[in-house]
Amino acid sequence: MSDVTTGSEWEVVVGLEVHVELRTATKLFCSCPNSFGDVPNTNVCPVCLGLPGSLPVLNSRAVEMAATVGLALNARVQPSRFHRKNYFYPDMPKDYQISQYDLPICAAGWLDLPDGHRVGVERAHLEEDTGKSTHLGGGGRLHGSDGSLVDYNRAGVPLVEVVSAPDIRSAEQARSYVAELRSILVATGVSDGRMEEGSLRVDANVSVRRRGGTLGTRCEIKNLNSLRSLGRAIEHDAARQVAVVESGRQVSQETRHWNEEGGHTVPLRSKEEAFDYRYFPEPDLVPVEPPGELLDRLASEMPPLPAERRRRLIDLASEGRQPSRAAEDQVATVVDLGLDDLVLGAASRGASTRLALARAANEAATDPSAARGLSVESFAKLVSMEDSGRLSATQAKAVLARMLGEGGSPEQIAASLGYEALDPSQLSAAVETVLATNGAEWQRFVDGDEKVAGFFVGQVMRVTGGKADGRAVRQVLAQRRLDSLAP
Amino acid sequence: MLQSMAERISVEQVAHVARLSRLRLTGEELERFASQMAAVLDHAADVASLDLEQVLPTSHPLPLVNVLRADQPGPTLSQQEVLAAAPEAVDGRFSVPSILAEAP
Amino acid sequence: MTTAADIAGSVRSGQCSAVDVATAHLDRIDQLDRSLHCFLSVDRSGALGEAELVDRAVAAGRDPGPLAGVPVALKDNLCTRGTPTTCASRILDGWVPPYDATVVELLRRAGAVVVGKTNMDEFAMGSSTEHSAFGPTCNPHDPSRVPGGSSGGSAAAVASGMAALALGSDTGGSIRQPAALCGVVGLKPTYGMVSRYGLVAFASSLDQIGPFATSVADAALMLEVIAGHDPRDSTSIPSSPAAVLARLSDGVQGVRVGVVDELVEGASAEVVSAVSSAAEALAKAGASVESTRIPACRLGLSAYYLLAPAEASSNLARYDGVRYGLRVDGPDVEAMNVATRTAGFGDEVKRRIMLGTFALSSGYYDAYYGQAQKARTVVLDAFAAAYERFDLLLGATAPTTAFPLGDRTADPMSMYLSDVFTIPSNLAGHPAVSVPWTTGGDGLPVAVQLLGPALAEPLVLRAASVVEASAPGVPPPCGDFLPSDGTRSALPRQAVGSGSDGLPREGPA
Ligand SMILES: [Mg+2]
Ligand SMILES: [Zn+2]
Repeated sequence: MSDVTTGSEWEVVVGLEVHVELRTATKLFCSCPNSFGDVPNTNVCPVCLGLPGSLPVLNSRAVEMAATVGLALNARVQPSRFHRKNYFYPDMPKDYQISQYDLPICAAGWLDLPDGHRVGVERAHLEEDTGKSTHLGGGGRLHGSDGSLVDYNRAGVPLVEVVSAPDIRSAEQARSYVAELRSILVATGVSDGRMEEGSLRVDANVSVRRRGGTLGTRCEIKNLNSLRSLGRAIEHDAARQVAVVESGRQVSQETRHWNEEGGHTVPLRSKEEAFDYRYFPEPDLVPVEPPGELLDRLASEMPPLPAERRRRLIDLASEGRQPSRAAEDQVATVVDLGLDDLVLGAASRGASTRLALARAANEAATDPSAARGLSVESFAKLVSMEDSGRLSATQAKAVLARMLGEGGSPEQIAASLGYEALDPSQLSAAVETVLATNGAEWQRFVDGDEKVAGFFVGQVMRVTGGKADGRAVRQVLAQRRLDSLAP
Repeated sequence: MLQSMAERISVEQVAHVARLSRLRLTGEELERFASQMAAVLDHAADVASLDLEQVLPTSHPLPLVNVLRADQPGPTLSQQEVLAAAPEAVDGRFSVPSILAEAP
Repeated sequence: MTTAADIAGSVRSGQCSAVDVATAHLDRIDQLDRSLHCFLSVDRSGALGEAELVDRAVAAGRDPGPLAGVPVALKDNLCTRGTPTTCASRILDGWVPPYDATVVELLRRAGAVVVGKTNMDEFAMGSSTEHSAFGPTCNPHDPSRVPGGSSGGSAAAVASGMAALALGSDTGGSIRQPAALCGVVGLKPTYGMVSRYGLVAFASSLDQIGPFATSVADAALMLEVIAGHDPRDSTSIPSSPAAVLARLSDGVQGVRVGVVDELVEGASAEVVSAVSSAAEALAKAGASVESTRIPACRLGLSAYYLLAPAEASSNLARYDGVRYGLRVDGPDVEAMNVATRTAGFGDEVKRRIMLGTFALSSGYYDAYYGQAQKARTVVLDAFAAAYERFDLLLGATAPTTAFPLGDRTADPMSMYLSDVFTIPSNLAGHPAVSVPWTTGGDGLPVAVQLLGPALAEPLVLRAASVVEASAPGVPPPCGDFLPSDGTRSALPRQAVGSGSDGLPREGPA
């Protein structure tokens, strides 16, 4: 995917608002379970239904999680209060949302992308989620529907809204920002990070300007429920805005909806009258001033964040050399999937870091939740078996797949699969057989053509039914060449 | 007096706040409410005209902070109790006529 | 008149049965309420059931609590599980709360017997109980007069002996002003003293629940039952309230009382003279009494009529026809919201919603809502300064005695002025009590108001006891209120309990 603005005189300017559902046990202002895949309108009470006479009481865990987000984003965690944001909408039980306005709990932080680009975080505040509407007719969409059905199980679920500064300059950076933020949220345990399921909801404020010029009018794009949608929507809308300006018209400030199937944004149908939210301090709640001791405790409980975890793994894997791009990618994948402890654990038990990293990033990554359940001992053993030639790469991958699927020790699985290690004499015999029938190729190898080694490895594998270890074959070949060149 | 009332709130402004409040007023009501609201705002002129630049606003009479509850699940209502009050319900959900505009 | 304390004492000792007490009060409601219209619903069988439980507890040797068998009326903005709660509004048509307000739980636990839900100004917005969707309540001392409001039904029910105690809510004077106009004791406790959980909100930062009683001691008794921390109300005071009853008769020796000019100015001559007589009585009982000025009190009314409507405009947004109450159909959800709210709210509620929306709206927030919040600070500071010199303040409760029905409904501003002396305590969140003094020349009750700083209920009620003991007093309203001359038959009213569904019936208006 290439950016429309790459190399052009235009620059795209993006700010992101990410709504994060917190993984508390209960809702933000009542003790209903924070769980909304259930039977409709069962996880509700007078408070989250907005029944007359009910009153909100703030969830202490939600405050802690919001403060943790702030600490993880290098923000100031500060005295805060709640406001009411007034507008009518049927999935909002009180017809106002309790949110934070002038005094958010977190302010003035930043997030460093893996490439080193720093994105400012203007604020992160607590607010309550709305219920969920299902539209009847009209293909399940709002437009053209005959009516809607509302389930309030989600109403009152705690959200943290993380608002970035307009520091993002490309679709790629936007994706990277959300991916990094998601990793942080998962690492700190405040979110499950499932974008497709709505645990993380992204709105993008997009504008374009001529490089060095003044900022253009921004459009807000909603309904970005995957990293792919986020990137595509930004590219599409930036291109649209450039076209509008270049045709001599003006970009109008509006909210647009990303249509994933159509691959374009459309303006939202909203009232001609601008919304006037009439924010005012929520009289049913009192201010929240996270005490210093709480912040100290949260900071001390803060697990290592993805950037730190990547650095640790890179340092270990690169052994002081400049890490390769492939190793960096593997490290990013492993950290993103929470498999870094597995790799580090294997390494600390003497297994090859490089090989452990590869198996974690490539094979274990196909089933991350099973991989996170692997015992470090078993994984370390598997990597060592491969490293020592006890298992070939192909065999090691097959054993790992079985470990992920059914569990068990690598030794037992290898035995049950019939992966008997070739003893050195069997291996030598197999190599001799192959050399005997491929004299011309052997001569080329002896003459220094290293590429032929791959051919021999393949042949030996065939002869041994995959039991040979490629590295061991190469070692035997190299030794044979040395022997044949010896005077 | 009439002059100042007219300045405080116009019929158009009353129509605007009626729209924001999801109320529909007849022409007669608009006129009547405009003059009644203007009378209240006129009375409030003493407050509006005070120099309170240095005064902090009070949004609450009680100086409490950090009133929190533990994150422990409590009782919920049954779906039947919840929907007993519903003007219209379908499939365990509240039914409403079509929604024309997306949430802001 | 029998006091609540007497009733509870007799029931607890087994001298009389709670069922008999309840029956007598329910019969009195049957007899009187067609004329007075204090109640929006009466739950006879529910009340008798509760009374029977009390009697059974006594028979079993258990203590049913300090309000054993005491018939209590609840303002109809207090949620009662299983019985309608209307706020005297059509918009809550058919709504039955699935939960009890905290105060209702506390009353039941104390052995009280709830006889019914009382009439009020719609959503507690008014000072005469004429803004009820179900017709006004009449003043028992003169049925052609208003009972005050917005808790007029509760005040009149206690004044006429239909309930021994009642609860009301006071946002700008809605307990004290009707108490004054009906000749009973009405107390607004310190903000946060009584849980608001289950009180349908009008203006959340001002609303407070409090008792109506025929004596200061009964008001104190009820306060002790309903006061206390509630974890369901974030604005509930965390500490437990001081005992009030135990020191009620300790007198006012050495107590410094300031008589506030601004809380008397503009009142009728008989109201002014009641306040000076009460001041003399306090002085005679050993208090040092001095007149004083708190000019900031004058800002109260203006600030209140911006702040309360602003909060109300938001609190009343939820009545949109989606989840409960009235729905008037429309082609789309917004049209349905508009049709429902337009049909469901009365004029006074609409006026305040719009006024509050205006005060909060973009471009006007700073000049109106923001400025009113600052004026609230000025009022708070002025009280704080006054309480450095005085322990208590004295003034009038209402500027006049009960006014004729229909007198002020056409001019909202004249109605709002009824609350001019009561509003400052709401802005400050301070306790204040209205104590009947005497009857005026027209035979209508005249009252005085005692104010104290936050949590000063024990002292405020001690002083109230002294005033009560020295007061000439208000004789109970006499007689039979059944219409005899037909002049009041034009008033819209409902027949209590006539609805087979238990829902309030709308009058012919
Ligand atoms: Mg938000
Ligand atoms: Zn709930």
